[in-house]
Amino acid sequence: MKYRITHVTTYTYAAEVSVSHHLLHLRPRDLPRQRVDCFDLVVQPEPSVQTRRVDYFGNHADVITVEAAHRQLEVVAGSRVEVFPALSRAGVGSPPWETVANVCLGEFWSDGAEAGEFRFDSPNVRRSDVALAYAKPSFPAGRPWLEAVSDLSSRIHREFQFDPKATSVATPVEDVLKGRKGVCQDFAHLMLACLRSLGLPGRYVSGYLETLPPPGRARLVGADASHAWVSAWCPGLGWLDFDPTNDIEPGERHVTLGWGRDFSDVSPIRGVLVGSGEHTLRVSVDVEPQGTEVPRGSGGQSQSQSQG
Amino acid sequence: MSDVESSLERKPGVLPGYRSRVGVHDELYDGTGALRSAWRGLVPQLSALAPVDLLRRRDAARRLLREHGVTYNVYGSEEGLERGWSLDLIPFCVAPEEWAGLERALVQRTRLLDRLLGDLYGEQRSIREGWIPAALVHGSGSFLRACHELHPPGGRHLYLHAVDLARRPDGRWCVLADRTQAPSGAGYALENRIILSRVLPDEFRECGVARLAGFFAGLRDGLRGAATRPAGTPNVVLLTPGPYNETYFEHAYLARYLGFPLVEGGDLTVRDRRVYLKTLEGLRPVDVILRRVDDTFCDPLELRAESFLGVSGLVDAARAGNVVIANALGSGLVESPAFLPFLPELSRRWLGQELMLPSAPAWWAGQEAGRRAALASTGRVVWKRTFGGAADPVFSEELEGEARRRFLARLEAAPAEYVAQERVDLSTTPVWNGERWEPRPLVLRTYVAANGPDSWVVMPGGLTRFSPTPGSPVVSAQRGGGSKDTWVLSSGPVDPVTLLKPGGQVVRLDRAPADVPSRVADNLYWLGRYTERLEHQVRLLRATFHRLGGETTHDGHAELTGLVQVLVSLGHLPDRFGRTVAEEQEELAEALLGLLHQANRPGSVRDMLLRLRYITTAVRDRLSNDTWRIFQRLQGDGHLTGGDATLAEVPAMLNTLVVDLAAFSGMEMENMTRGHAWRFLDIGRRVERSVNLLELVRAVLHAGPSSPSVLAPLLEVADSVMTYRRRYFEQMHLGTVLDLLLADESNPRALAFQLETLHEHIENLPKDRWARGEPQEERSLEAVSDLLHGADLGVAAARAESGDIDEVDQVLRRLSEGLCLVSDHLTHRFFSHAVVRAS
Repeated sequence: MKYRITHVTTYTYAAEVSVSHHLLHLRPRDLPRQRVDCFDLVVQPEPSVQTRRVDYFGNHADVITVEAAHRQLEVVAGSRVEVFPALSRAGVGSPPWETVANVCLGEFWSDGAEAGEFRFDSPNVRRSDVALAYAKPSFPAGRPWLEAVSDLSSRIHREFQFDPKATSVATPVEDVLKGRKGVCQDFAHLMLACLRSLGLPGRYVSGYLETLPPPGRARLVGADASHAWVSAWCPGLGWLDFDPTNDIEPGERHVTLGWGRDFSDVSPIRGVLVGSGEHTLRVSVDVEPQGTEVPRGSGGQSQSQSQG
Repeated sequence: MSDVESSLERKPGVLPGYRSRVGVHDELYDGTGALRSAWRGLVPQLSALAPVDLLRRRDAARRLLREHGVTYNVYGSEEGLERGWSLDLIPFCVAPEEWAGLERALVQRTRLLDRLLGDLYGEQRSIREGWIPAALVHGSGSFLRACHELHPPGGRHLYLHAVDLARRPDGRWCVLADRTQAPSGAGYALENRIILSRVLPDEFRECGVARLAGFFAGLRDGLRGAATRPAGTPNVVLLTPGPYNETYFEHAYLARYLGFPLVEGGDLTVRDRRVYLKTLEGLRPVDVILRRVDDTFCDPLELRAESFLGVSGLVDAARAGNVVIANALGSGLVESPAFLPFLPELSRRWLGQELMLPSAPAWWAGQEAGRRAALASTGRVVWKRTFGGAADPVFSEELEGEARRRFLARLEAAPAEYVAQERVDLSTTPVWNGERWEPRPLVLRTYVAANGPDSWVVMPGGLTRFSPTPGSPVVSAQRGGGSKDTWVLSSGPVDPVTLLKPGGQVVRLDRAPADVPSRVADNLYWLGRYTERLEHQVRLLRATFHRLGGETTHDGHAELTGLVQVLVSLGHLPDRFGRTVAEEQEELAEALLGLLHQANRPGSVRDMLLRLRYITTAVRDRLSNDTWRIFQRLQGDGHLTGGDATLAEVPAMLNTLVVDLAAFSGMEMENMTRGHAWRFLDIGRRVERSVNLLELVRAVLHAGPSSPSVLAPLLEVADSVMTYRRRYFEQMHLGTVLDLLLADESNPRALAFQLETLHEHIENLPKDRWARGEPQEERSLEAVSDLLHGADLGVAAARAESGDIDEVDQVLRRLSEGLCLVSDHLTHRFFSHAVVRAS
């Protein structure tokens, strides 16, 4: 599937800002199933410094500094990306989940030890007894890893309500568990907390999901949002993606920006500025399918509201 | 006392009454009861001292500590900010041969940890080869992924490394812990030395103690030499989290001693991937940052987003190689005790040497073998968290029954989270507890600094800390206990190094004003305002309390009534006191005492003393020792405002406070260099004095403009009684009073004088600044002056005396408002840009 993606972030400040620094994770990665044909970053006012690098996790990171006094900052990230279908997981076997946890203990260096980096606490995701208790029903002793993780993802989708008003970027996992409401970021963090509490590695994936308009309606430009899901590791299978917000196997419609331990590692845009007064933030994301094929979304898949 | 006398055996070489403990190494006596060599110089001298001499010297040490303001902030302490630093009278002595061995071993250890950090923040060979378990790095909150592959200049991560040493019962030293992030204590060690060498001058000289100054010179030169900017004198700053940090005293102290500006995160800014210091005169490039801010707090952009102690963009500036951060960001990683078991192997591989100084045996429970060994250990073991955190250590001997089962379950569930370390039975050293000598367990913190490329210097000494009681095993400044100076004896003649410039050397003259960070100017401005506000309030209250007693002046009662009305008018007393006073003296006294000691009442004397304490701490490094001493005295003299002042004590206390404050203004006028720092302090004072005066005169007008019983106290509070009497004798007229207090440019208490001084200051403030904005404060000040000169005070006063105060009141109000505008403009132009926010 080919997409043209436009991600516009606009900050409006109540008072003039003299300097601002922003760290961006807006440039999609090249991956075995994902090819980035072009990427374009436009910032207004023009940054005095702009540096690009590959971060610890292999993501593209841009640091921009605007030194001219400004009351508004607009960051437009545009890309053309092609995503290829994922192999079906039907009938794929996997070892018991306990084996996976053991392989990742990493007393000595191995693939498991490397993946094991993602089984520890991170700034926004802490292992806890409550997360463990929530995860347990999906992880009876000896259950194959893939089955168990898929079940966990489905349960989160079933048992939690999508509600953009219920949480903020800073809501801790414990509160999400209590309220049973949240958005994709919360569900991804919750699933990570569950996996890690069991000793299983899991990473946070930041990206986009193509929105399918309701049957018979036209797509709305700019109505999409950033999306987040989870990747989990198993020897032999490597990293597999799970989308607890929608309970679907991420495939052609999921565009990956990058990954990290949690949101804080790959937040699309993070800024610090010098100035007083409040600011307002507006984000608009458009994931526009390219080419002639009509999206083949089957009616069973969930609708656009599930994202975010 | 007699008890102590009787136990004294005045034998040279024996510390009277001191008994070493069985089963541990005693620093003083060997197994046969003979004095060890390191103490042979000191002990005979000490044992010759009578208890009364010891007490006298201990008191001298305490007084010096108090005067120097040596403090250690204790978190969660009711006392608020500071606790005095505790220093024992006698030093801890180390023999030269023994020290030489430690020195080599310490340098080896620093090199090894520097190398390890370079690897973990680089290719991570130690992990891939299996020399270090990956979990030690991956699971650590101190592993800063943003700093991976950052490659600090010269590949150096450590500039200052502290090692906590303990001596085992067999007499060998071992390492308890490494401090690699932002080691504290070196400044306290220096302060201990300065004080002890003054309290025991003869002993210090005769023992041939190695000097510490060379170490600090090495540290300073090492930091300067690390700068990467090719041209100009390198600028080094010391970055502190601020006055609430536990070791803030030390930050300010070291900054002054090393000659580096003390800065907070808000003083620095990153432009074009370079770090700059925001000064009144613009941006100054910063080459090296000696930091006391923890790793994750250093940059809200790339590290902890919610931190405002750091500098946005700092990581990126370091990545560009434009700033050296000492120690490098992320250095805290190797402080985890879980690394200890792996160091001997790393030393062999990387340095081709055996590790000279062993660590206290430790096992990481994340490895099956380590866990088994730790649980099987017969000695006492302390279980610590691998990655730090709030959890208290668990002592094996305290684990019994149910507690033991619970702990083992936790260990089983997350073994990688635990490290076991063998408990060292610490060696003991004599401590004088005020009555006798007793043995206390000790830990010695030593310091290694970089003074050039792969060149290191060890502090010949260190910070010795001892436990609060003879039996207590835990040694920590947060939990009490005390500290000692550490005397490393010299085998040869002592080289008297000092950081003072040697004589006979040509020193480059540098009269350019030193950089004043905007935040410092801000604090000094408020220091000026608060000292002046305090003085004004104290004078006003003194005048009132003075008349409360009775027979002081011929018209005491009428003046008291007048003053009370003034206090009501100023909002200090409730309206009900506004009329007659005689019958309500008791209630009035109560209310007046409240103005002294009410803690949360803005404008109470106690409230202002607290504010002053905070603000003087924040600019500690800008105040001379004598000035600091005055503020310490002021706080001491004002302690009665804590709540138990009685009416009888108050007048004397207020008199003392006035004199203390006068001492400060004298110090300010005579001893401070006329730079921008001084100007802002004085601007604060002048603005405050003007506003207070105007408000006071307005209150007097409302209380009854023509009455001498109100005008006399007004002159007294405005400290202009003598001048007035000389000119006008006893004739009290509003017109002449106003002329003296407002328009007379020769009266240093008059408004005109303040305006004149403010003009001069503002003209001399930096003009060409990077921040935007017109010099509006200059125009506002012109407007105030014009208003004062244009007003016909004589006519207005005459009207007021005949009952119509509106005209003069309006002039006064407009003058006051104009001055507030001047203050606002100054604040906005010079200070407000320090605000940083996250989005």
